[in-house]
Parts: sequence; structure tokens; C-alpha cells
Amino acid sequence: MMSEETQYNNGCCGPAKTPCANEGLTEMLPIYKEAPVDDVCCGPPPGPASSPFERPGYDLCSFVEGFIDTAAGSVPKIKPKPEISDILGTIKVRLGINRSQYKVAPGLYSMGDTTPTSPVLVTGNYKLSFDALRKELQGEHVWILVLDTRGVNVWCAAGKKTFSTHEVIRRVKMARLQEIVSHKRLILPQLSATGVSGKQVKKGCGFKVTWGPIQARDIRSFLKAGLKADKSMRRVTFTFLERLILVPVELSFLRKYLLWILLAGFILSGIGPSLFSISLAWSRGLIMIAACVAGIFSGAVAAPVLLPWIPGKAFAVKGAITGLLMGAGMVLMLGKAIDSVEIAALIFFIIAISSHLAMNFTGSTPYTSPSGVEKEMRIAIPFQAGAIILSIVGWIGSMFV
Amino acid sequence: MEKFRYLSNVTTLELDVEACTGCGTCEIVCPHGVFEIAAHKAGIVDRDGCMECGACATNCPEEAIAVDPGVGCAAYIIQTWIKGKEAASCGGVDCC
Repeated sequence: MMSEETQYNNGCCGPAKTPCANEGLTEMLPIYKEAPVDDVCCGPPPGPASSPFERPGYDLCSFVEGFIDTAAGSVPKIKPKPEISDILGTIKVRLGINRSQYKVAPGLYSMGDTTPTSPVLVTGNYKLSFDALRKELQGEHVWILVLDTRGVNVWCAAGKKTFSTHEVIRRVKMARLQEIVSHKRLILPQLSATGVSGKQVKKGCGFKVTWGPIQARDIRSFLKAGLKADKSMRRVTFTFLERLILVPVELSFLRKYLLWILLAGFILSGIGPSLFSISLAWSRGLIMIAACVAGIFSGAVAAPVLLPWIPGKAFAVKGAITGLLMGAGMVLMLGKAIDSVEIAALIFFIIAISSHLAMNFTGSTPYTSPSGVEKEMRIAIPFQAGAIILSIVGWIGSMFV
Repeated sequence: MEKFRYLSNVTTLELDVEACTGCGTCEIVCPHGVFEIAAHKAGIVDRDGCMECGACATNCPEEAIAVDPGVGCAAYIIQTWIKGKEAASCGGVDCC
């Protein structure tokens, strides 16, 4: 009788005739090299088989379309076109939902058909930064070296020194970049210059830093012009739309105060000659909460959006101006519903909130200096605190006069 | 930026013209065009445009530029008033 070994050898090699003489049963049998079988015994066809790129313990990212082989191992090739999941992710993060966890894994990625002469662009592992490169460089052939900036964008990470000289050198070495590209040039976003010394990077890993444009959308022209940037590529802007897109996140920072605002509004409004009145708490409380909302809108929406058109250089002043206008408008709308002490209280209240929120917006702009912000805060905060105290005293006190 | 002007005379930016070799790096990395190179030396042409990002100081090969920004955070400043400078701290991971 034919041994099992011979049977296998003759059978699996099919019409190719020659038995797999050199393959013992201890080696991987050809049947395991074939595609998974979808021929099931019963019921509907099974779901799709796992991707051959999946590995135990790792999740395959949706933006990876495959892997390419390099002298230093396999490098993921990324899909240039943003997909629905990317767009939804962008929206979530702009609304302030889980924005500190929106990251990609640090390391080397490939886009297009990269060769050892393709340029290397460096960025942080905030997925918005990563996606900006994907979107703006469709059709280009570039290596993208992602640093671990803890999920933070390029400029903030540079300021915080996570997008640092040390991290650049570290990732270049970890990716074994010198084995993958034949040149010795890294293109870094200009705004990372805050945290990276080009001179020290060259010393640390042998790669020369070229400062790319500020915006990803200018990289294509920059590459085409032979790594030359014109002046506009090296200047930061703060357009109406750039300011507007920041508003939802500014508002999301206030989420944690919502309950306190409601409680304080109702409780403070109910205090009166009869100690505490629920009907007053309700009717006056609604007005106080509306004033709070007005102050928030004035300081966290109107002031940022209308920024350059509001008089004053200090943001606390700009917020006080929009607050005054908002307060006046609200008071006019309320008419006879409130007395003159309450009018003053509400206006002080709205101005204080608006001024404070607008002042906090300084941290989200590309042109305020920390020294300037400290200066305006040391002057403005005592005024804001004073105005809040006066407004609460007035609001409660008006019930007693 | 022409349309956006912040407070005047607040920046801590300092340029040591003696040490400057006119390499032009500060002119390249500054996002506000604060520096211009003329006659092989850097010069500050828009002092009040400086936002103290530090890109120039970090990259000057001669260490001819210094910037000392401070934290610029409201929460931190309020804490230094209440708790004193040693005990003041920042807002946590999600802050900045």
C-alpha cells in the first residue's frame, strides 16, 4: 500500500506530475498555502476572510492599503484619499469629542510609489495632522515619518517640546531611515522649528533638516519648486474660517461647568425676603442662566469670530465690548421684567463672563505672546472677579431694595 | 500679520547682533516675519509681531537670539496668586 507520504505527494502536486520529492511532511503542506475555503457545509456564505496583513495583537488601520518591502522591513502604504471614517473622525475632534486620543502609530509610512529618492516629510501623530498630509499630497510619492507627539498637533507639540530634536532623531533611528532612503534630507513643517534645532538633528542622526511650508496644502508647490518656499508659505494666518472652526472646541471646554451654572443660577435667584422662593428661583433663575448663555456666546463665539473687527488689542477688552453689547441687547429685550439694579447686575455679569472667555481664547491664536497674555491677565482677572461679585451681590440684593 | 496686532512692548525677544553671522535661519523659521537679513546681519523689523514661539532662538546656530515666554495660562497665574509659585500647576493632559 502507498505510504501516506507518497499519497500526499502525488495527490497535492496535481497535474504537475513530479511528486514534491524534496518536501517532507514536516514542512508546510501546500494545502495551507492556498486561499481560505468559502465552501461551508450549511447556511449562507461565511463573512469575509481576514486580511493577510493582519497580525495577532495588532489592529489594521483603515487608512492602510498594504505594505511595501524596504531594506529595513515592511512599511505601511497609506491610502491618500480620505474616507468616511476619516471625515467623521475630523468632525468629532473639531467638536471636542475625545480629541486627546485621536492618534496614529508613530513610525514610517509610505504614500504613492516611494523609492529611495522620494522625499521624507515629518509630522506628529495627531491624526488631523497626518490626514492633512494624506489629503494634500494625493498623487505624490513621499515617505511620511510620524513622531510620537502624544496625539498633539505640530505647533502645540513643538511648544511643549514633544515635537523635539530628540524625538526626530529617535524616530529616524528607529525607522532605520538611512537604510531606506538614499538621500539625507528631512522636510519638517516650519512650525515645528519651535521645538526642533536643525543643527542638532544633523549632529544626532546625520539627516539635514529642510524647513517646509507652514500649511500642508503648500507642500506640493514647495516640492515642485525644488524645496523653495515663497513668503506667503512662511507666514501664519488667522482667517475668519480658521477662527470659526475653533469655536466648537472652545465651547466644549465649558461642558464641565454646565451643572454648576444651572445650580448657581437657580439658587442665587431664589434668595429673597422670604429666605428662599422656588417660584423666584425659577423665573429669575431662567433670566440669570440666559445671561450666562449670552456671556458665553459673546466671549466664546462672537469675540473669536469677529476678532479683528472688535476694538482693543487685549482680548479681555474685546470680550468686554462684545459683552456690553450683548448685555444691552438682552436688557432691552427683557424690558420691564427687571428693575434697574437687576439691569446693572446682568450687564456686569455678562461682561465679566464674556471678557474672561475671550481672554482664554488667546491660547488658541497664532499671534498672541505668552508675555502679553500674562500682562493682560494680571490686569483683567481682578476686574472680572470684581464684576462677578458685584453682579451677584446686585442680583440678590435687588430683592431686598 | 497686518490685521492682527497684539499688545506692544511685551515680547522678551533679544537679538545679539554681534554674535549674528547672517545665516538667515531666523528669517526662514519665523512665522511672523519678525526678522530680516540686511548686510549679513539679522535685524528685528517687527518687534511687536513676535509671539515668542521660540523657533528663532531654538535654531540660531550662534545662539544669538533669546526668548523667555513664560506659561501664559490663566489657570496657572490664578494659582500662583492663591497658592504661590511653587505650588502652582497646569491644567492636566487635555489642557494644552
